[in-house]
Amino acid sequence: MIHDIITNPYVIQIFKAVLVFGAVLQIVPGLVYFERRIAAWIQDRVGPNRVGPLGALQPVADVIKLAFKEDITPDGADRWIYRLAPLLVYAPAILAFTVIPVGLDTQAAHFDLGIVFLLTVGSFGVYGLAFGGWASNNKYSLIGGLRASAQMISYEVALGLAVISVVMTAQSIDLQVIVQQQYSAGGTLLGLHLFGFDGFLSWNVFRQPLAAIIFLIASFAETNRLPFDLPECEAELVGGYHTEYSSLKFATFFLGEYVAMLTMSALMVTLFLGGWHMPWLDVPAVMGDASIWTILISIGIFTGKLTFLLFFFIWVRWSFPRFRYDQLMHLGWKILIPLSLGNLGLTALGGILGWNWLIPLPF
Amino acid sequence: MNPNRGKSKAPDRRASAPLPSKRTLEKELSKGATGEHLKSVFQVEEEQDEEDSQRLIMNFGPQHPATHGTLRNIFTIEGETIVEADVEIGFLHTGFEKLAEHMTYQQWVTVTDRMNYLSAINNNVGYAVAVEELLGIEVPPRCQALRVIMSELSRIGDHVLCVGLQAMDLGAFSVMLWAFEKREMVYDIIEAVCGARLTTSWTRVGGIMRDVPPNFADEVYRFLELFPPLHAEIHYMLKTNRIFKDRVQGVGVVDTETALSWGLSGPIGRASGVDLDVRRDKPYLGYDQYNFEVPIQDSGDSWARYLQRMDEIEQSLEIIRQAMATLPSGPVVHEDFKTSLPKKQAVYTDMESLIHHFKLVMLGHGIRPEEGASIYSSTEAPCGELGFFVVSDGSDTPLRIRIRPPSFYNYAIFPRLVEGGMISDSVAILSSFHVIAGELDR
Repeated sequence: MIHDIITNPYVIQIFKAVLVFGAVLQIVPGLVYFERRIAAWIQDRVGPNRVGPLGALQPVADVIKLAFKEDITPDGADRWIYRLAPLLVYAPAILAFTVIPVGLDTQAAHFDLGIVFLLTVGSFGVYGLAFGGWASNNKYSLIGGLRASAQMISYEVALGLAVISVVMTAQSIDLQVIVQQQYSAGGTLLGLHLFGFDGFLSWNVFRQPLAAIIFLIASFAETNRLPFDLPECEAELVGGYHTEYSSLKFATFFLGEYVAMLTMSALMVTLFLGGWHMPWLDVPAVMGDASIWTILISIGIFTGKLTFLLFFFIWVRWSFPRFRYDQLMHLGWKILIPLSLGNLGLTALGGILGWNWLIPLPF
Repeated sequence: MNPNRGKSKAPDRRASAPLPSKRTLEKELSKGATGEHLKSVFQVEEEQDEEDSQRLIMNFGPQHPATHGTLRNIFTIEGETIVEADVEIGFLHTGFEKLAEHMTYQQWVTVTDRMNYLSAINNNVGYAVAVEELLGIEVPPRCQALRVIMSELSRIGDHVLCVGLQAMDLGAFSVMLWAFEKREMVYDIIEAVCGARLTTSWTRVGGIMRDVPPNFADEVYRFLELFPPLHAEIHYMLKTNRIFKDRVQGVGVVDTETALSWGLSGPIGRASGVDLDVRRDKPYLGYDQYNFEVPIQDSGDSWARYLQRMDEIEQSLEIIRQAMATLPSGPVVHEDFKTSLPKKQAVYTDMESLIHHFKLVMLGHGIRPEEGASIYSSTEAPCGELGFFVVSDGSDTPLRIRIRPPSFYNYAIFPRLVEGGMISDSVAILSSFHVIAGELDR
């Protein structure tokens, strides 16, 4: 009876979904703490160190503080859209995370159209920002919302083109296949063994370096992080699209932003850094294909890479000034999109000419 | 939806043709206006509305993160471009000048701190120099040298902070905190010298509060040793940053002619090529003994103002070095005790000093410049030329003190600079001007 229930595919599916949602929600407060400590370290400060051991409970205190704040809906705000906006930021970000393979055969929802689903759902986030800016009946918010929608739509093009290059390389839009394909070449580039560095040379970051850089830049813009945080830009627009938001509505915006950052980093790991592949160690072969240890170790490897990328995001945020609006558009439309189109053309050419190191053709 | 979205009409003082309002319409109707006439009235209103709906009036301030004080900028924007800009000042008007008419010359020193709270020492010194010039007294050499050292330290603190805030307004938050940390070294010295950090009230007419503590020289030498590498670090962080350069280069350009005609002074004027520095051109406190250069830039944009401040910090360090090397010993207060207080120990032990102390402290026997005497005296504050125009009526309180605050003159050109630029440029320009609201509104 119990065995029937726990092996029921629907139950397993629900369990997985709850696990991933729960995990992501638990990671965000940790991420906020992580960010604050790193920011303090960069800025020669101490950072939060009062609540709990080393200040680790600070996020809890922050959440409690936010929950008890007065929830203000400004006069003249469009009430329903105003309430909907934070959810529209948060929901797509966490939905997109469901298709990310965080370990061997471990994802909340596995289906073949992984990347298409991710890009589709991910681009819904812009509605949240635009609605939030528009519905709060505040000029700063309106400009913030406008900037957000223009920026996210512009950079989505470059991001999508970079992803297509990877898809052409992998010959698949299934994220699991893309990960497997990155280590199946034996970790070598051009078939070369380079001083023992060949463990990770088949990762897409080496096969598609240009696409990786474009993807990285565009993902900063997509998540509205510095140097692309024009939509919130506290120096000019006070708080941008979330100027009027307070209490848990603001917390949801905040959560959405961090989940989006998490999703983008996870996607970057999956597409370019070999997913849960460990260089010089074939985990499934050593630990057994379907063993629980294989899955746990692969999740650990993935988390390690993810942590590095998140650190990178935070590092950049506390080091750079932000762009001006026209410079942002210039970079997006005149530099990144032509470059990614060129890269796409080159990849297609490689496919036709049969450059095996770039695209391991199955035929 | 809010029907007013997009065509909000904040009061525009420059609105040229008044729109036909409901009242006009009623008036027209009562006059028996025909349909054709009314149609034309409506049409004008509609066209005006349509034109206006492209524009948005946006307030930057009086409470806004970018203004660093209570300034109000009213921008009319079209998309991201600022079409019209106007400024409103006076939110921090405190009546410092009026206060002077009711306070004695010594008492008013404390008020000068509150004007520019980021470089209070320079204000103290500027005021003290003005009254001393009015009285025709010269302070002892040790006092002069100490005033120079402290002024330059304060100038460094102010410039470092300004550079940090400039970076912060462009998004580089870390640089601001680094700058705050560097400024802390300056404030430690200031605190050791006078006990306060921001509102120092350090100078007296005819001298300074008290001699510096014994470890002063060590502290200053330590600062001179530690500060240059940190300064270089901030400079390296910003000058090699492509985004920072793109944001400030070619933004808010003021040419030399314009700078002169708008009365820009200090680092802002010199960044536009106005070769003026009160310390060199009209030396006070023996600035002519020190060997320093007046750096100058020619491009006149926000980038030049940033470089100018960074260069001036180096010159200030140089002046401090020279002043420390030649720091004389001796009294720090003018020896004529008709104007300055004798030492406390002397007051307790010496009849003469006790009388002086009593007469100075009790009203009616303090500093009294002769009737009708007036002076305009200017010093070089971190923001520019800081002038005091002091008129005496022969009593204990001045008849009138007029301040020439550098920020007031520097800020006047600001709305002309931002027009035609983008919203983000306004922040890049405002932060490079380093407007202190307390000084601006007095």
